[in-house]
Amino acid sequence: MEHLELFFKSIFIDNMVFATFLGMCSYLAVSKKVSTAVGLGAAVIFVMAVTVPMNWLLDQYLLRDGALAWLGPEYADYNLGFLSFILFIATIATMVQLVEIIVEKFAPALYNSLGIFLPLIAVNCAILGGSLFMQSREIPSLALAFNYGISSGIGWFLAILAIAAIREKIRYSNVPPALRGLGITFILTGLMAIGFMSFGGMLTGDNPVPEAPVEETATVVEDKKEELKEEKRADVISYNDLNK
Amino acid sequence: MGLLSKKDAALIKDPLFDNNPITIQVLGICSALAITAELKASIVMGLSVLFVLGMGNVVISLMRNIIPSKIRIIVQLVVVAALVIIVDQVLKAFAYELSKTLSVFVGLIITNCIIMGRFEAFALGNGPWKAFLDGIGNAGGYAIILVIIGFFRELLGSGTLLGFQVLGDPIAKTGVYALGYENNGFMLLSPMALIVVGLIIWVQRARNPKLQESH
Repeated sequence: MEHLELFFKSIFIDNMVFATFLGMCSYLAVSKKVSTAVGLGAAVIFVMAVTVPMNWLLDQYLLRDGALAWLGPEYADYNLGFLSFILFIATIATMVQLVEIIVEKFAPALYNSLGIFLPLIAVNCAILGGSLFMQSREIPSLALAFNYGISSGIGWFLAILAIAAIREKIRYSNVPPALRGLGITFILTGLMAIGFMSFGGMLTGDNPVPEAPVEETATVVEDKKEELKEEKRADVISYNDLNK
Repeated sequence: MGLLSKKDAALIKDPLFDNNPITIQVLGICSALAITAELKASIVMGLSVLFVLGMGNVVISLMRNIIPSKIRIIVQLVVVAALVIIVDQVLKAFAYELSKTLSVFVGLIITNCIIMGRFEAFALGNGPWKAFLDGIGNAGGYAIILVIIGFFRELLGSGTLLGFQVLGDPIAKTGVYALGYENNGFMLLSPMALIVVGLIIWVQRARNPKLQESH
């Protein structure tokens, strides 16, 4: 359940492009044709699925406060958190190189279709952003980190696929000359983001809050979570009582 | 401009308007838009990028002859990451609240395409002084757009500027609120940043038809 919730949440509600604007540069630059958009999107899913769990391990066993405790009690006081930017980006850059080499060796057909995009990905903000959000949202387990990487990648893929399809069609429309190209793409993305915001109500589940204004959705979700946690706690307590 | 020759001055002036990194070169949108709901955060973000890009351009330009071209991306990333760590630590020390608001977006300066773009396009081929001016100019252009977006979003969204209530008190109904004006909370949400950028681009290209694209 936890996995399913995180999966849908990172695809639709916390969509990389529409909610946090990550990976906008390549999103705008490579979305003129659907076929190239699909290539880049697939590469992003792949690299995120690899780098987010890697960085989770780094964070868990090297960077966070007290993470070095496994080396011995005298290391328990170290907090290397300030190094996370440099280590994360180094991991991403090397992983991208590694992935490129492996794909070239074992799947030449895939390499030919992804080839040009792989190096571009090292500087795609969505990838680093995924790792940094993973750290700041304190994702609790490796499996969830993997899930988070894949699902954010899929969210990004959906976004670039949608905008590429719209841009292919909009060529036949009569857009004001000054808005053509970049301007209309920005406005389209904004409208799509407004559409994606309506997914915010998804996780409230059976909680009847249809009249809640959009801004409050996030807090409603949080509230609901708090409630669930408390219910669980209550369950545990009553279970313990029964055992006595 | 007694200090700068005409060519050097152009290095700073061009990217501010006619060759603006955000609206024309389409670089560095990634980490910019999410934090523009408040003017203060936009200004700090602009200054951080100014520091990182100015310093980074100088460092890369000084090292341009000794970096092997095959691993230059990793070298560039390490230089940027080191500078961003400095910014992050300074913000945490002197403006903790603000660094909470900016959250991961300070870290995302590393992958801000403006920085890599200017390293690749300029710093690798020019001397340190020119690279410094170029960095300042481009980061300045970025900061200008950020401040414009932040200004409109904060003014229309919460009726304040830098936290001061410039339109009157919405609860006591003073100032323009007495006339029935309401804050547009929608401006504070992320999609409006995109639409504001779209409108800025529209205005800029309508004034300067040379910049228009055919499609």
